[in-house]
Amino acid sequence: MTPPIDTARAQDNPAGPSAIAVETPRERLLARVQQQGSTAVLVIVVALACLFSPGFADAGNFQSILVGNAYTSLLALGMTFVIISGGIDLSVGSVFALGGVLAAWGVNHGGTVVAVLLPLVCCGALGTVQGLLITRARLAPFIVTLAGLLFARGFLQAMSNEGSTTYLVPPDSALLALGRGVWLPILTAVVLFAGGAVLLLRTRFGQALFAIGGNEQAAVLMGLPVARTKTLVYTLSGLLAGGAGLLNAARLQSGVTNIGVGYELTAIAAVIIGGTLLTGGAGSVAGTASGVLLLAVILNLIGVHLSEYGSSASDLVNGAFLAVVVLLQTVLTHRRRLP
Amino acid sequence: MTTEASPRGVGFDRDRITHLLADYGVYAAIVVLVAVNTALAPHFLSVDNLRVQLFQAVPVLLVALGMALVIGTEGIDLSVGAVIALASALIPLYLGYGPWPAIGMAVLGGIASGLVGGSLVAFARVQPIVATLALMIGLRGFAVILNGATAKPVNDPTILALGLQSWLGLPAMAWLAAVAVAFVAFLVRRTTFGRQLTAIGDNRPASALAGLPVRRVLLTVYLISGVLAAFAGVLIVGHGGYADPANYGLDYELAAITAVVVGGTPLSGGKVRVLGTAAGALFMQLIEATLIQHNVKSSYEQMVEAVIIVAAVYAARGRAAR
Repeated sequence: MTPPIDTARAQDNPAGPSAIAVETPRERLLARVQQQGSTAVLVIVVALACLFSPGFADAGNFQSILVGNAYTSLLALGMTFVIISGGIDLSVGSVFALGGVLAAWGVNHGGTVVAVLLPLVCCGALGTVQGLLITRARLAPFIVTLAGLLFARGFLQAMSNEGSTTYLVPPDSALLALGRGVWLPILTAVVLFAGGAVLLLRTRFGQALFAIGGNEQAAVLMGLPVARTKTLVYTLSGLLAGGAGLLNAARLQSGVTNIGVGYELTAIAAVIIGGTLLTGGAGSVAGTASGVLLLAVILNLIGVHLSEYGSSASDLVNGAFLAVVVLLQTVLTHRRRLP
Repeated sequence: MTTEASPRGVGFDRDRITHLLADYGVYAAIVVLVAVNTALAPHFLSVDNLRVQLFQAVPVLLVALGMALVIGTEGIDLSVGAVIALASALIPLYLGYGPWPAIGMAVLGGIASGLVGGSLVAFARVQPIVATLALMIGLRGFAVILNGATAKPVNDPTILALGLQSWLGLPAMAWLAAVAVAFVAFLVRRTTFGRQLTAIGDNRPASALAGLPVRRVLLTVYLISGVLAAFAGVLIVGHGGYADPANYGLDYELAAITAVVVGGTPLSGGKVRVLGTAAGALFMQLIEATLIQHNVKSSYEQMVEAVIIVAAVYAARGRAAR
């Protein structure tokens, strides 16, 4: 039976003495560890790998790490915004695949312009619908985007005759220029991450996100456009995931249908390892970048040293790593709270 | 079924209707589906067909029962699919000692996973979704390393019997599931533990202030979820005759969450609907069977599922929670 103490929930938000703005040096240090820990670990891991792993400190190897993760890192970029706003987006893996299929379909049914616009419009619209369901119908982000995951996957399967048709990008298409070479994908990711950092730190939208993620009720009372901002966040995440799928299709020269399964989990893991709090209200794009790179470097090292176990070993390491990071984060952020 | 007077919205007709829908909609939907199916294809109600449906639905149902308890505490357990994989990897490993020790080890695997996930949530206060996400990623990797990438055949008659045999016309696993439903229903409705569980789901700080053993209850809930998932893994191995940790249990967390939500348990915690959850699992299986029977492609089936999930949550929506 529901005890009639529902009002007590209002006190759930930590407004206790531990949230006072005065920081001791120790607290400042802890905050720094939480924000920049992933960068430090990344530097240490890369340094160790350069010293002890033959073939790691090779320009070609670095290039392949960066290129291999350029597009999937965009999912983590979108996820950073969503998580800072206090939500979660489980649909990005499916939307990533959908973007690729739409692009490859579009290039065969209308040309390059359609191939670029179709995935962006459709995936952005899917994100917007999810955002509206979350903000206007007040459904839980977790379940809405879970349904989005199923819907996007079903939609792309329906487009590709249950995955049996793979649309190919014709070799003379202008679309291929988007994903060609080594530096273009890396540059695309760098530019988008830089843009994301500016959006988060230097715009009204970004500042509103921190306020909403920190305390949504307070943000409403301050008169911030909470519903609009939150909806836009899911639109942005859909756009980034669809755009990443589009670029990936341009690089692979086809709309691969069975791609992207579980990518949302990797994206969430990268964001959290990068120091963004799952509770919302705190996080950074730079942290996500180092989270993505850290996971990529670990995967690369495992591929070299534990190749007989393949991706299972990297799953095991990533899982353990994520557990340690969230454990540290929780220890650093909520000390002195009720059980 | 315990229907609780909702703390909000009493007096608004629209609210009352959505609450009724959330509470009993799933039963009505099952009745409608069965009626439609029987009208379209008379052999739908045949014992053989029902048996096939039960074989498909029971593993999800077991997992969903544990998930309902976890969701009742305002948590979520994403690790259940990986626990199924772990259980299926442990069985061939210990089958040399006989079927029961092998099953015991599989269940121990579930207990271990529940202990890790539960401790992270209860003691370290890690958010359930990340704690169990870490387990979900890590455990499946571990299971595949244990077993190797290829599926291993399992020929033990006891384990196969659990997955294939029928007792009194119904699959053995359906009887086991009925026992599990009764056990969990008893736990939720008739024990102090059940009351504590819903109180914690409703308001964890208040429960802690009221002196409830918050940590112990949370740990136990994740333990139960792990054990039920491991049992589901044993049944899946028994039904398939293979141990294939790379593929078993994929997306079971989603299916289980769907069953719980469709059954009328709110994601915001504080309420557990056990029979509703069982009905939710059966309903999703029936939908799938209906669509397959009418040659609807699995892509459209997935989209229909997505719409059903959103509709069910919309009907059951409470406080917006993650």
